[in-house]
Amino acid sequence: MTSWAVDSAFAVFAVAAVVTGFLVFRTDSMVRASFWLLASFVNVGLILVLLNARFLGFSVVLMMAGEMSVMAIFMVMLMMNPAGLNPMTMVHQHRASVAAGVTAFLALAGVGIVVDFPDDPARQDPAQVTAELGVEELGDSMLVFQTAGAALLATMIGGIAVTSRRGRYGTADEGSVPPPLDPPDAESAL
Amino acid sequence: MTLDALLVVAAALVGIGVYGALSQQSFVMIMMGIELIINGALLAAVALWAYSSGGSPKGQMLGVVILTVMAVEAALGFAVMTNVYRVRKADITEKTKRLRG
Repeated sequence: MTSWAVDSAFAVFAVAAVVTGFLVFRTDSMVRASFWLLASFVNVGLILVLLNARFLGFSVVLMMAGEMSVMAIFMVMLMMNPAGLNPMTMVHQHRASVAAGVTAFLALAGVGIVVDFPDDPARQDPAQVTAELGVEELGDSMLVFQTAGAALLATMIGGIAVTSRRGRYGTADEGSVPPPLDPPDAESAL
Repeated sequence: MTLDALLVVAAALVGIGVYGALSQQSFVMIMMGIELIINGALLAAVALWAYSSGGSPKGQMLGVVILTVMAVEAALGFAVMTNVYRVRKADITEKTKRLRG
């Protein structure tokens, strides 16, 4: 791709990522909010593809398509304002939040512009970049990669443990019930 | 497409995320703010990989780790939110003030 094509594509994706990210908190329907967030993630993923990080970029798109679909279901369950027909503002400490957001943006953008990062760009061959990442994942950084996998497994187990209705000490609705002191009768247990 | 422009976009995403996470009352909307913050962090990390790391694949590994963090945050956030709703019948932060004396 020529340079001006990359630049204009980046401009489109960047504006779209920020605008859709902002619309997440401006729409009246929480389902629409989750799809605006998906749009923001897809645009960031496309920027990553422009940066030649194709594996990461498409991973973001794939992961977020799934995650935001699940998120939309949760949104339906927890929605305050069905179909977004009425205006909805559910915010607290609004002014302080705006100040915090603007401060975070100005501080981070200031750091990004002022600091002189080393000018050492990556190679421009996407296939080679992806191949290098694959070798890295199963080579020097295998411990990192495997740890990420183990963390995801622990998350699955933890998520099920936290959400299961019936736990070790009774149902979640009744709160914690201590186990009986006498062991259950072995005969009746059979 | 320059490093400065990419970092400004990432900062904007983080700023919007901070605003959302602090201002929203609903638990799911707070989670969306946190997701936006991680989104900005991912963009910044990959931008720095692309422009000032010499193309070391370890920079992309950081991106993989950030993706993992995003998945863990979403999954455990949903799990905790489900449990809070079940125990307290609360879906916004204002309903969980019971510990306040």
